[in-house]
Amino acid sequence: MPADDLLRTLAPQVVGVLTRRFGDFDAAEDAVQEALLAAAVQWPREGVPDNPRGWLIQVASRRMIEQVRAEQARRRREDRSARELPVDRWTAPAADEADPAGQDDTLTLLFLCCHPALPPAAAVALTLRSVGGLSTAEIARAFLVPEATMGQRISRAKQRIKTSGVPLRMPLPAEWADRLDAVLHVLYLIFNEGYSAAAGPELQRVELSGEAIRLTRAVRALLPHDSEVAGLLALMLLNHARSAARSGPHGELIPLAEQDRSRWDAAAVAEGVALVTAALPRGPVGPYQLQAAIAALHDEAPSAGETDWPQILALYEVLERVAASPVVTLNRAVAASMVHGPAAGFAVLAALEADGRLVGHHRVYVVRAHLLELAGDRPGAVENLRAAAARTASLPERHHLTLRAALLNNGPPDR
Amino acid sequence: MKYMLLMQFSEATTDFTPITEWTPQEIQAHIGFMGETNAKLTEAGELVDAQGLAMPATAKIVRSHAGGAPLVTEGPFAETKEFLAGWWIVDCDGPERAVEIAAYVSAAPGPKGEPLNMPIEVREVMSGPPTEL
Repeated sequence: MPADDLLRTLAPQVVGVLTRRFGDFDAAEDAVQEALLAAAVQWPREGVPDNPRGWLIQVASRRMIEQVRAEQARRRREDRSARELPVDRWTAPAADEADPAGQDDTLTLLFLCCHPALPPAAAVALTLRSVGGLSTAEIARAFLVPEATMGQRISRAKQRIKTSGVPLRMPLPAEWADRLDAVLHVLYLIFNEGYSAAAGPELQRVELSGEAIRLTRAVRALLPHDSEVAGLLALMLLNHARSAARSGPHGELIPLAEQDRSRWDAAAVAEGVALVTAALPRGPVGPYQLQAAIAALHDEAPSAGETDWPQILALYEVLERVAASPVVTLNRAVAASMVHGPAAGFAVLAALEADGRLVGHHRVYVVRAHLLELAGDRPGAVENLRAAAARTASLPERHHLTLRAALLNNGPPDR
Repeated sequence: MKYMLLMQFSEATTDFTPITEWTPQEIQAHIGFMGETNAKLTEAGELVDAQGLAMPATAKIVRSHAGGAPLVTEGPFAETKEFLAGWWIVDCDGPERAVEIAAYVSAAPGPKGEPLNMPIEVREVMSGPPTEL
């Protein structure tokens, strides 16, 4: 395993061990960051130690103990009757000491970072830092905010966990379902941040999608029988498989129907399809499995024209019953128009507009443009594409929509 | 030294047709130029940040309102004659280089590949206390 991957895998385990030993998540996290830094400098020069996990635990523990001692000295000065720490908390345990909890610490940390009391943005940042082992600078760059801002967000999140009084432990069985939902949601947010941000490697953007997939694999290794965990992993793999074909030479967006399917990652597609195929019959069927099944149908179609739209429409109908949202309804409108023609799509769209939640959203204009184009109303489609372009917050998407409007307005370049 | 290059659109000082009326090739060339420019600035280590802004029609104006909820107005923006379309923040050697970069991006291609000569406002970012104090 390359040293970077090794460090990222070990980081959450070491934070878990130290937190259990010293009872201070915040300090443990800082100490481990310092140990990781030391490893990054030392290992390439002197080689990876025989027991890298033990090495990290020892270095981080030493740092923690220095902190504990400094703290103790300060207290003694301030308060003559300072209570002393129990002796067994003063010494570092043997580096190779067996740790029965072992790997489970990754999951414990993940559950801690995806605390329901945290706003999603904070949970995402904390997870990437503590479980993903990314530096604050890397996370800040990925989210296009100054490093100081991201540092603040992370420390506020840690403070919030501290004051919430929730102990560092696995949730009780009764809390399990809710907490797993939060964990999967955060992992999905991380994935989407990397997936929908169409920025090239020249911007040194952190590969967030890859990181989300790695973390979801870790969750799956620990919960191999949960069908939604499998569904989420499948969904990520099936979307990620298309990434090479999703943008052109200038970073412009290429929509699904126009992508060069030979550039899709066949191995990722196969793995995603196998995962969701195995998960679906096992049930219970949740939203991630359904979305993965839809993505699998897109990925398995030899061409855009051969997509199994009736099957996709049926899946969107189920998805709407399991996890209704305006965006799901919007997607169902597209699927309905592909199966039954534009009139069916307009009917779904009309119902959605009556509900009022998506009024003015750029996606509504995109879908309406698509339906109008199908119905042969080019000027109407152009007008809606321009309205969508004016409303999107994504620059690559704005470019894409403006260009599509121009293509539709002027006809293909060769004419 | 850091400079903010503001892409100011103003009907009074720009005479090109809006991008919605360009041909697909013209739009493609424009987007390509912007992408290449950002790649070059990144390579030179001069790019700090570059962002495009959503259209003013989608903006909100917020004012504090003594004793009550903040006043939020959505426009009227339809008649806006001037607006900020986006910006670059560059970290470069000095004002001459900032002007050079601004001149370069100002010449982004528009209809028929002609330079747009967009007005680019160059402002130094105040990053520390003035040395005179």
